[in-house]
Amino acid sequence: MVWESSLQGPKHSKSFLLVPTNLKFDKDNVLVVFSNGRLHAISCIDGEVLWKKDFEAESFEVQQVIQPPGSDLIYVVGFAASYQFEMYQINAKNGELLKHESASFSSGFSGEVSLVSTETVVALDSTGSILLTISFQDGKISSQQTPFSNLVEDSLGPAVIIPSPVSGIFAIKTDAVTVFIRVIGEGKLEVVEKTTHEIAVSDALSISEDQEAFALIQHASSEIHLTVKLAHDWDGNLLKESVKMDRQRGLVHKVFINNYIRTDRSYGFRVLIVMEDHSLLLLQQGEIVWSREDGLASIIDVTTSELPVERNGVSVAKVEHNLFEWLKGHMLKLKGTLMLASPEDMAAIQSMRLKSSEKSKMTRDHNGFRKLLIVLTRAGKLFALHTGDGRIVWSHLLRSLHKSEACQSPIGLNLYQWQVPHHHAMDENPSVLVVSRCGPSSDTPGVLSFVDTYTGKELSSLSLDHAVVQVIPLPYTDSTEQRLHLLINADKHAHLYPKTSEALSIFKREFLNIYWYSVEDQNGIIKGHALKCKCTGEVADEFCFDTRDLWSVVFPSESEKIVATVTRKLNEVVHTQAKVVADQDVMYKYISRNLLFVATVAPKGSGEIGSVTPEESWLVAYLIDTVTGRILHRVTHHGSQGPVHAVFSENWVVYHYFNLRAHRYEMSVIEIYDQSRADNKDVWKLVLGKHNLTSPISLFSRPEVITKSQSYFFTHSLKAIAVTSTAKGITSKQLLLGTIGDQVLALDKRFLDPRRTVNPTQAEKEEGIIPLTDSLPIIPQSYVTHALRVEGLRGIITVPAKLESTTLVFAHGVDLFFTQLAPSRTYDSLTEDFSYALLLITIVALVAAIFVTWRLSERKELQEKWR
Amino acid sequence: MAAVTPLLLLLLLSSAPSFSSGSRNAYNINGRVKIPQGLVDFAGLGTKGYALPGRMSNVKVLLNGGQNITFLRPDGYFSFHNIPAGTHLIEVSAIGYFFSPVRVDVSARNPGKVQAALTENRKGLSELVLEPLREEQYYEIREPFSIMSLLKSPMGLMVGFMLAVAFLMPKLVENMDPEEMRRAQEEMRSQGVPSLSSLLPGGTRN
Repeated sequence: MVWESSLQGPKHSKSFLLVPTNLKFDKDNVLVVFSNGRLHAISCIDGEVLWKKDFEAESFEVQQVIQPPGSDLIYVVGFAASYQFEMYQINAKNGELLKHESASFSSGFSGEVSLVSTETVVALDSTGSILLTISFQDGKISSQQTPFSNLVEDSLGPAVIIPSPVSGIFAIKTDAVTVFIRVIGEGKLEVVEKTTHEIAVSDALSISEDQEAFALIQHASSEIHLTVKLAHDWDGNLLKESVKMDRQRGLVHKVFINNYIRTDRSYGFRVLIVMEDHSLLLLQQGEIVWSREDGLASIIDVTTSELPVERNGVSVAKVEHNLFEWLKGHMLKLKGTLMLASPEDMAAIQSMRLKSSEKSKMTRDHNGFRKLLIVLTRAGKLFALHTGDGRIVWSHLLRSLHKSEACQSPIGLNLYQWQVPHHHAMDENPSVLVVSRCGPSSDTPGVLSFVDTYTGKELSSLSLDHAVVQVIPLPYTDSTEQRLHLLINADKHAHLYPKTSEALSIFKREFLNIYWYSVEDQNGIIKGHALKCKCTGEVADEFCFDTRDLWSVVFPSESEKIVATVTRKLNEVVHTQAKVVADQDVMYKYISRNLLFVATVAPKGSGEIGSVTPEESWLVAYLIDTVTGRILHRVTHHGSQGPVHAVFSENWVVYHYFNLRAHRYEMSVIEIYDQSRADNKDVWKLVLGKHNLTSPISLFSRPEVITKSQSYFFTHSLKAIAVTSTAKGITSKQLLLGTIGDQVLALDKRFLDPRRTVNPTQAEKEEGIIPLTDSLPIIPQSYVTHALRVEGLRGIITVPAKLESTTLVFAHGVDLFFTQLAPSRTYDSLTEDFSYALLLITIVALVAAIFVTWRLSERKELQEKWR
Repeated sequence: MAAVTPLLLLLLLSSAPSFSSGSRNAYNINGRVKIPQGLVDFAGLGTKGYALPGRMSNVKVLLNGGQNITFLRPDGYFSFHNIPAGTHLIEVSAIGYFFSPVRVDVSARNPGKVQAALTENRKGLSELVLEPLREEQYYEIREPFSIMSLLKSPMGLMVGFMLAVAFLMPKLVENMDPEEMRRAQEEMRSQGVPSLSSLLPGGTRN
């Protein structure tokens, strides 16, 4: 970075940046910037503000800042009070106001203006049907009105001006057509082209002294037509190409053009296009030179899917398809081992190894390391990434997330595992459920789509007639392993999916055992709900149910504001409830799926760090039972504030917040233990069956719990927090902390153990309790990302592998990062660098030694006998 | 506010130890990140005592947990603009180095006065020059294969002990006095096969 300059101004406004090519100021190029209602001229060399000019007029909205080439004038044009057109002429050398003209138009303006030439702009009136051509030659405003219907006969609906960069031409888009209109002389308009295709236009590019070119892209069904035209000559095409385009990329959103000089001194053009799915493509000579899936930088939700099972007789990876290839491959490998290979050969060997390596196969492996990561991006595209090498297995632009009449601005929300076949439904492919809705507010109708995770085909999609506020995956599946989901709408009705009679019968059986909660952040209320009866609407719908409120926890709005709520992961496995502590004692973990961690802060302290004093800020942590609404534990941290990042697992919760008194970040742990089982320690009771280990647990009985907690300082700010999860829950846990430096740090849970003391006893030391320190250690070797950064880190997802010791970690931001972690080392498998050769050599040597010594002893025995 | 930016630039260009300048309720925080040239390189990139220019540009300076983010100029200076008075936290994110977060107090009463302190060790800073506390090595250094490490492992020790016993014990027996040897053998014979009662504690007493 060379310089940085911050610009202040009297009010907030649109910003414009102008880079004049020929405006010099003491041999220094000048940038003209309009921001915050003030015009600045800034030196390119050191960022110094050379002059500035305020526009005091109230409600003056600047639409364009123009600098005609070859003059020292700057024009600032805009609207005041939505019907007045204002023009300021400013001396570019010193910011002096030379002229100010205004003209009022009774019909008003709508939308943007398009600059046609350096002294003419075109705008639409407030009805969107009349075109206004305004010119301000020599500081005088003159205008002309042309009804849009004069130009295009079959014009339908209101029109929008598309800012066109080409001088003399502008584009107008209605629902059905896009029209390019040229301005000839004194406000006369002429239609140059009319198209019904979807189009995208690039900026103008000056290719010689007086010629400007621009690119225009039109969509046909499965291909796009690219034309490069000269600005003054619409009919003469410099370039006309058609490129086959994958339907899964959607429409072209943006076009950028660049030129190069071919060997025959003619102009060639490169075109960079941005597609609907946020992918980047470079087109040159009618071909896609390269493409980038930049949509993966904005992941909304992630889930995983198993790969297909390898079936006998069907080789999925057909790497060596014939004998010749096979021989060639082995020749290459031989060359490689004899150090005769050229760099190209080495590359070929590498790619062959990658292809045939176990890691990237498309089948399920024994250890469960190979999986598909299904990710939903903001552009509404679904990707399947292979965990072995991160390649895109398939991608699918969801049709249901396309803009349509019914659904104006669809946005994807969440991914759920819809069908995970195992046991009896092996032949079905697994599928995921994509929940999306039609607009930004939560009461717009929802859309569901079901996507096959092996093929990426959209199996079906449902446009719902109700909103989706909450999706609850139920712990029940039907005979085809489809998971039952409960969708709660804005009127608190519950809808059951899938809509089959089988699902309904399963649901009826568990009707009374379904509880859920909802959090209203704004009002500071947490409510518990249960099902009541069938919907009592006019339309009979047996999959719709009324709900009732069971309990509510209301936080006083003047002192507490909810900043974080966390529950346990639904699929988490806990190996044992008992925890053996030092001196042979047993503690019982309080393990309940219905525990909710809530953190509230003082309303004043919900802002940024530094905005409150420690006295007026506090943070309260709650543990709430979501079935009964009972508060099991409450702790206040005085002088602390958010942001709070928390993670809940087994019987503990760890949360990260800011301590204003020490001015450092802190992490706290709360562990919750069941006291009602604490007297089961007596062996005799267990032998005689007088224990209560098998007695059912009801959440309605008052639980006897004790909590233990401890706090530690932590150096960094956090962006995300997660915990490792393994298949059986035996392996010890590690916390995964996404730090502000975009790294992922693995921190052993043992560091966050409330039983840590300054001087642990011998027995406690044997148990693995670490002496208490005031801050948590940051060991550079325990960064999961090592020397890499996951730029713009947003989330960390952990998935258990089949191998108990190992967990799979996926961190996403602008970059994606995937790794396998073994929190207690790989105790159930050999490490990758295990030397099988050494093992074999040792065995062979031992066998040889046995034989040799046997022969020796035999000979010696014989000699003894002869003696 | 008008004179702030030129003043700021001037201060920076003259590389004066400046902290803050501003007016009304918005202040600027200026500082510098210094990575000692003598420090060993990270992750095996670059050479010793030579700061790669690319490395400085990868450094991010974050205010209040990512509320504002800025980068370093080539000379290591950074600045935050329009910061309200109060206590703030500055963090430096640089791969290969561990920086302590810095507590920065921007005073509203006497403008221009800024106090800074490292939060890790509560050390006050007279000027806002941030230096790494230590380097971070993200990779464990792989132990090279050596005979000694093999011998020191439990297996190696066991094998060593076994060998020692197998070769040294006969030697010990050889050096024994033949008289003593005979006496020991007789004793063994008289005791006979050791019974279970003799092995139990207290069993020998009665």
